[in-house]
Amino acid sequence: MGLDLIIQLGYVVAAGLFIFGLKMLGSPDTARRGNAISAIGMLVAIVAALLDQGIVQYEYILGGMVVGGAVGAVAARTVAMTSMPEMVALFNGVGGAASGLVGVAALSIADGSFTYITIILSILIGGVTFTGSLVAYGKLSETIGSGAVTFGGQKFVNGLIVIGILASAVMFVMDPTNINMLYAVVGLSLLFGIMVVIPIGGADMPVVISLLNSYSGLAACAAGFAVDNNVLIVAGSLVGASGIILTQIMCKAMNRSLSNVLFSGFASVSTTVTEVEGEIKPISVEDAYYVLEAATNVAIIPGYGMAVAQAQHVVKELMELLEANGCEVNYGIHPVAGRMPGHMNVLLAEADVPYDQLLEMDDINPRMESVDVAIVIGANDVVNPAAREVESSPIYGMPVINVADARTVFVLKRSMASGFAGIENPLFYKDNTRMLFGDAKESIGGLVREFS
Amino acid sequence: MDVSYLLFILMLSVFLGFELINKVPATLHTPLMSGANAISGITVVGAIALAGSGNSDMAQWLGAGAVALASVNVVGGYMVTDRMLGFFKKKEG
Repeated sequence: MGLDLIIQLGYVVAAGLFIFGLKMLGSPDTARRGNAISAIGMLVAIVAALLDQGIVQYEYILGGMVVGGAVGAVAARTVAMTSMPEMVALFNGVGGAASGLVGVAALSIADGSFTYITIILSILIGGVTFTGSLVAYGKLSETIGSGAVTFGGQKFVNGLIVIGILASAVMFVMDPTNINMLYAVVGLSLLFGIMVVIPIGGADMPVVISLLNSYSGLAACAAGFAVDNNVLIVAGSLVGASGIILTQIMCKAMNRSLSNVLFSGFASVSTTVTEVEGEIKPISVEDAYYVLEAATNVAIIPGYGMAVAQAQHVVKELMELLEANGCEVNYGIHPVAGRMPGHMNVLLAEADVPYDQLLEMDDINPRMESVDVAIVIGANDVVNPAAREVESSPIYGMPVINVADARTVFVLKRSMASGFAGIENPLFYKDNTRMLFGDAKESIGGLVREFS
Repeated sequence: MDVSYLLFILMLSVFLGFELINKVPATLHTPLMSGANAISGITVVGAIALAGSGNSDMAQWLGAGAVALASVNVVGGYMVTDRMLGFFKKKEG
C-alpha cells in the first residue's frame, strides 16, 4: 500500500516536471534548462515504474534499456545538424513502434471491451506512426525519392484499408480470442502508415513531421489507457497537443488546410501557365560584392537550398564581414522554410548566428522597404510574389516574405529550375532582382573572398 | 481505474498542452519537437511493467522490445535536444 502510493506520487511529480519543462522550452533563455527538467521528470517516472512490485524479473527491462539507451545516445551524439529532419522522423517512428508494442504486450493483462479498444488504438496509431515515419525518413534522407507518389484510385485503396482496419478491430473487440483479427489490424495499420505519407512530398514535409510527432504522443496516450497509467496519458496528450499546434502553424504558413496537404498532391493544381514579364538579369560575384559593400542594411532569406549546399557557416562568415563593414544584417525565416519546423533556425544556430537576429516573417516584412539588399539563399516558394499578385497561382494567398520590397534582391540559385511546387517565380524577373547562379556555398564563399 | 477518471485526465492535459505550446517562438520549433518526442518516450513506463511482469514469454519479449525502442526515444531525444539548444546563443554585447 505504502509503496504503491509512493509510485503514484512519483508519477504525479514526473507529470509536473514535464509540464514545467515544456513551459520553459517556450523561451530561448530557459529552453535548455526546461529540457533538463523534463529529463529529470522522465527519470523519476522510470524509477517509480521500476519500484512496482508486480515486476518479478529485471533482466528483460535492463537489457532493453541498455540496448535502446546506447543506440539513442550514439545517434544523438553523432547526427549532423543538417540531418535533424530525418533524425526527428526516425525518433517519432521509434516512439510510435514502442507504444504499439506496449499495446500488443498489454493483451496479456487485458480484460473488458474498453481495454481491448484502447489496445487496438495504440496498435493502430503506433503502427501508422512507425511506418509513416520510416517513409518520411526515407524521403528526407533521399534514400527514396522525396517527391509525392500518387496513383489512380489512391483514395479508393486508402478507403478500403480504413474499412479493413475498422472491420477487423470491431471483430477483435467482440471476440478477443480471434487473434487473426489482431494480426490484421497490425498489418493494415503498418500499411496505412506507408499509404498516408507516400503522396506527400518535398516542401510539405514540415507538416508531415509535425503530424507524426503528434501521433507519437497520441500513441503513448492510447498505450496509457491500455495499461491504466496516468502519467502516460498526461505526457502523451501533451505531446499530441504540441504536435497538432505545430501542424496548424505549418498549414497556416502555406495557406492550406490539413486535409489539402494530406490528400492532394500539389502537382495536380499547378498546371496553369502564368505569363511572366521581364527578363532574367544575372550578376557576377564581383558586381554583387560592390553592391553589398555599399549596403547598410542586408536581409538574408534562407531556404532548403542553404541546407542542401551546407552554406550556413559561410553565410555566417559573410554576415560578420558585412557587420564589420557597418552594415546591419538580419535573417528572415519563413515558418515552412526547410524540411521541418524551425529547420533554418537550428542550422544557423549551429553556425553561431545569434537567435535574436533570426526574424520571423511578420517581423521582417514591415522592415523590408528599408533593406538595401535582400539575399535569397536556396529559397523559392516562400519568397514567390505570385502568392500575393497572381490569383490563378496555386500558392495564391500563402503568406510570403516580401523580398521584392527591398531595394535590390540577390537570388542565389543553381539554375532556373522552378521550386518544389513547380511554379514560376516572377521574383526572378523583377527589375530589382539579380540572379547569382551557382552553388550557394561557392557563391557566398566568393563574396567572402572579395571582402577579405 | 475508472474510465471516466482517465478521460477526465486526458481532457485536462490536452487543454494544458495547447496552452503551453501556443506561445513557443518559431526559432524553437525544432527543439520543441524533439523535446516533445523525448517525452513521448514515457511509454517506457508502460513497457517496464509488461517486460517485468513474468506473465508470459510473449509479453516479456514484446515488453523488452518496447523498453528498448522507448529508451532510444528517451535517451536520444533528450540528448539531441540538449545538443541543439546548446547552439542557441544571444547576440553578445
